[in-house]
Amino acid sequence: MHKEATIREPLVLGHKTYHQVTEDVCKPIEGKAPKTWYILFAIAAIIGVYGVGCILYLLGTGIGTWGLNKTINWAWDITNFVWWVGIGHAGTLISAVLLLFRQKWRMAINRSAEAMTIFAVFMAGLFPLIHMGRIWVAYWVMPLPNQFGSLWPNFNSPLLWDVFAISTYLSVSLVFWYIGLIPDFATIRDRAKKPVAKKIYSMLSFGWSGRAKQWSRFEMVSLVLAGLATPLVFSVHSIVSFDFATSVIPGWHTTIFPPYFVAGAVFSGFAMVQTLMLVMRKAYNLEAYIHTKHIEYMNIVIMATGSIVGTAYITELFISWYSGVEYEAYAFINRATGPYWWAYWAMMTCNVVSPQLMWFKKLRTSLTFTFIIAIVVNIGMWFERFVIIGTTLHRDYLPSSWSMFYPTHIDIGIFVGTIGLFFVFFLLFTRYFPVLALNEVKTILKSSGQSYKDGTAKTPAFSIEEQHLADVKVKPSITKETIASAVQEETKTVPVQKKVDPITDPVIDPALAKIVTSLGSTDATKKDDLKELTGLDAITEDKLNKIGILTFSQIANIDPTADLALLTAYLGNAGSQANLLVWKMEAEEKLKNDNN
Amino acid sequence: MGSNVVFYAMYNDDDVLKDGAKKLVAKGVKVSEVFSPFPIHGLDPIIGLKETRLGIMAFIYGLTGLALALIGMRYIMITDWPMNIGGKPNFSFLENMLAFVPIIFELTVLFAAHAMVITYFLVNKTIPGMPAQNPDPRTTDDRFVMELRLSENSKFSEKELEEMLMETGIVELDLKHIK
Repeated sequence: MHKEATIREPLVLGHKTYHQVTEDVCKPIEGKAPKTWYILFAIAAIIGVYGVGCILYLLGTGIGTWGLNKTINWAWDITNFVWWVGIGHAGTLISAVLLLFRQKWRMAINRSAEAMTIFAVFMAGLFPLIHMGRIWVAYWVMPLPNQFGSLWPNFNSPLLWDVFAISTYLSVSLVFWYIGLIPDFATIRDRAKKPVAKKIYSMLSFGWSGRAKQWSRFEMVSLVLAGLATPLVFSVHSIVSFDFATSVIPGWHTTIFPPYFVAGAVFSGFAMVQTLMLVMRKAYNLEAYIHTKHIEYMNIVIMATGSIVGTAYITELFISWYSGVEYEAYAFINRATGPYWWAYWAMMTCNVVSPQLMWFKKLRTSLTFTFIIAIVVNIGMWFERFVIIGTTLHRDYLPSSWSMFYPTHIDIGIFVGTIGLFFVFFLLFTRYFPVLALNEVKTILKSSGQSYKDGTAKTPAFSIEEQHLADVKVKPSITKETIASAVQEETKTVPVQKKVDPITDPVIDPALAKIVTSLGSTDATKKDDLKELTGLDAITEDKLNKIGILTFSQIANIDPTADLALLTAYLGNAGSQANLLVWKMEAEEKLKNDNN
Repeated sequence: MGSNVVFYAMYNDDDVLKDGAKKLVAKGVKVSEVFSPFPIHGLDPIIGLKETRLGIMAFIYGLTGLALALIGMRYIMITDWPMNIGGKPNFSFLENMLAFVPIIFELTVLFAAHAMVITYFLVNKTIPGMPAQNPDPRTTDDRFVMELRLSENSKFSEKELEEMLMETGIVELDLKHIK
């Protein structure tokens, strides 16, 4: 087991057992959905359907239904595309990059963050598809021989690189997500009572059995996929930025774009994860798994990437002046002081100023504040893309071509519709899928669980019936009472006990006797009532007494690292190593209380 | 020995199972399988599982994707239709290769990832519609089951194996007689 420094804050709060982790995650899936879920789902579905209607109208009528004109030939469509792709960056970053860095806090959020990624990339992919106008020939972007009616696609074009980058990213993220889901689906399958649910989850779990070899392959696949997905995450948004950076438009033609876009994508992605996670942890009672520390870690990422984005904005400004290119300089002066000044300053406030507030620990650990900032960042990042795209294009080289962009209701309908569709997908996900990587969380329970860190949990992670005893122990008032009554009982029973001499008993194995003597000597008058220890019955007590173990102090002296096979063998069924360790800990506790 | 006996020893803790497996293996017992709800780190060498070769396969698949992308780009952009951009047709692969790096990278990743995942599903026998084979439904929740087979441990008797298992801190023991 991996040991973790005690100074690190626990990642799983409270006294969780393996079974409780399963319960906490599976309960919302197995029970009835709350009314709020249906209300939210209905709202999202209505908005989504409206969006689909707008898309159908656009496909039937043409791109002219958008507010585009001769000068601004790219506006909300590509803004929304980049915005959604950016949001789709956090999920794989969390699961891949944080896996490579062995960050355990990823386990609580990676599942839903990846789901968010996949749905966001769906939404992103929609925009280039409908922008093609003739969506039914969308397959022409694939490298098909010339006989299919088009020439080979142009592999020199970043727009085509985008096709490959985004489809690779989407499909790899999807399988990465699904591979993690399989063992968790198996857990739900094995718990399912209703035949239909059982059937569906056993289909989804692909017959997962949890064999040691399967787990060993699982870990390898996860690691390799993480290694592959990490450069993929960086490549996708770099390529998206090439769409602009390789064109000769002042304001776009800059080499800073790839790193600046990637940082911005991670920034906006984490903001969206925060937005969703803060609601989800409350709605699904997952506060013990996604708690303030997780939120704080994500806020630190937001702060770091937000600072990179801010630096990039300022660098751009500086270079536009320093380069001495008047067109470049004009593009930036126009952004800040032209007719779209409000978009520029909205972007600057939301993306540069607001994440800097996260330097204050008080603010970054406040959930309400985090939620507000997350929303602000989402808005700011949408404006960033609009500033880069719309504001740059609206001043053409010839002043006669200067124009403004006014979105039509179709523009707005499609954008709002994708938000609705996104939430339809996400709500369905939270309803039917395990929202937490429950089996992965179990692997960090012993190293990062709160009760394990402060030593109140029993070392074997017990089932729920047995764990309640550990819970009783942490309440000090109860412990004192039981100890007090135990002491009374002891004084009554001691005189009745007869003397046992362990050394002269002929049946004892000499090796066993050696173990017993290593536990320290005692005499029969000091005998404790060993039956007070959990699961220690009269027969076992008798057996222990026979070999000379009479007191709690002896049991407390048991060395868990030593070879206890002889002792467990002697005790038989009741004396498993797990039980011995529990007894040892309980005895230690009792002695501590006695000394007080 | 006409019949074979399968022991399913259940534990309620991963570390207890690991210690138990260590002890059993030290005595010369062969552990044929372990079913657990999550990966138990450090168990594989104890029960004699070799490290998976999926990583090597992923590398080979990646190389395949890389080769295919190189050949494809050379054929499409240079041989078949040398695109004329600004009066500079694509006549040399080496000089034009830089523009194809993104595509070559994406195809390498695409092949490595998907082919490895397909291989993973096939070797794991996790395919839609496969029946689950864990002996107890609790092994996907909080129980850990170690499987021993009498046929693989012919130097021990059924009784001996049972006793050895009892010493390792099990919580349940299930015997199955297979004809």
